[in-house]
Amino acid sequence: MIIESASLQEPNLKGNIPDGLTPDLLRYWEVLDQVPDPEIPVISVVDLGIVTRVTVADNGAVQVILTPTFAGCPALKWMEKTVREALLEAGAPEVDVQTTFENPWTSERISEAGREKIRNFGLAPPPRRRPGCVGPDLEALAHAVCPRCGSENTSMKSPFGPTLCRSLHYCFDCLEAFEQFKPL
Amino acid sequence: MTNSNDFPTGPLARYLLQIADDQLIMGHRNSEWTGLGPILEEDIAFSSVAQDQVGHALAFYEFLQKECGADDPDQTAFNRPENRMLCNGLVEQPIGDYAFSLARHWCYDHAIRLRYESLSGIPNPVLQSLAVKLQGEVKYHTFHADTWMKSLLQGSEESRLRMISAIKEVWPLALGMFESWVGEDDLLNEMGPNGHPWYPGEAALRLQWQEHALQSLQGWGVDVDQGALSKLEPVLGGRQGFHTEHLAPLLDEMTAVFRLDPQAEW
Repeated sequence: MIIESASLQEPNLKGNIPDGLTPDLLRYWEVLDQVPDPEIPVISVVDLGIVTRVTVADNGAVQVILTPTFAGCPALKWMEKTVREALLEAGAPEVDVQTTFENPWTSERISEAGREKIRNFGLAPPPRRRPGCVGPDLEALAHAVCPRCGSENTSMKSPFGPTLCRSLHYCFDCLEAFEQFKPL
Repeated sequence: MTNSNDFPTGPLARYLLQIADDQLIMGHRNSEWTGLGPILEEDIAFSSVAQDQVGHALAFYEFLQKECGADDPDQTAFNRPENRMLCNGLVEQPIGDYAFSLARHWCYDHAIRLRYESLSGIPNPVLQSLAVKLQGEVKYHTFHADTWMKSLLQGSEESRLRMISAIKEVWPLALGMFESWVGEDDLLNEMGPNGHPWYPGEAALRLQWQEHALQSLQGWGVDVDQGALSKLEPVLGGRQGFHTEHLAPLLDEMTAVFRLDPQAEW
């Protein structure tokens, strides 16, 4: 039987930890907020928005629902493993990690804090989706904001970069190549 | 060694298996560009598209396992004999030159886009949200394919002629993506949450695809001879398990490591 459960519906400015949690759930969310994304280690799986639900059963068993950024993300199995290990280490008696597409990931799920960390890492955070735009806003890719100098005088070199979630860009002002976390 | 011989039953499961098999084989072919692309960005692009496609195949194989009683995804993907695979002839072809692979990528990903659009109207909520999710990824594929088709069709005389010749070569194979299949009629009558049928059927999908493709080509300045195109015979058979001669060697290579130890934990 489930006694406590919390879902992340909307990203939230403070981070991506839902409001109004019981102490137990808050502790587990805070543990998850320390689990890094393996490809961009400055951001946690919580900031990234891939943790969609944490549930604690009455026997203390924890269930975590993850959702992949991209369906072919090769880091997913690794993240399932590190999430499980982190919660066991934090004292959860039993941990079940499931990956589903029920609350599909979009780049809008990245928290404000996460966007800032992505920028400090040297990657342009994904542009916010304009109202009325269905699916990723690819037109915004043509003018990604350079994470070094803030210029919009940039061009996209390729929608596919070194990982599935990054595109390749060039800044005409600082004359450097940069990468953007792709909008999805 | 046993094979995963049992198809999951029911028309929906069969339809999803066709999509998954197409994505798996297309992804495998596209991955053959890794290290060989004409420029580094294209090497990465085809490799990324391949990675997406294998991921999409996995998502459908997982759904088939959870909801339709299919074997686990590795067994379904790597342990079926050729005549139990349901992919189409287009995806089976070797990569050819870059023009061929690009023309195929363009034809294929626009067809997948239409399939996902239709699938996002399905009553099953799990498939519905999966289809919406995957549509976002395919938007990058069609964007990439359109960008290069346009550039090369409007580039030099040589690039234009090579693209046109690749399109002609790909066309009959592309029409074969819309081969009618056993059980199709049962899906046609299934209503989506909005009270309309969610699956238009292969003939309707082919028309939608063709109309969009011809419009794009004309927009890029290609003088399309519709009469000649309509005389081309589609390459059929894949949906019934009859494949072009290129699938068997591909399966041999793709499953070589798996077959060393089919029960291995990866």
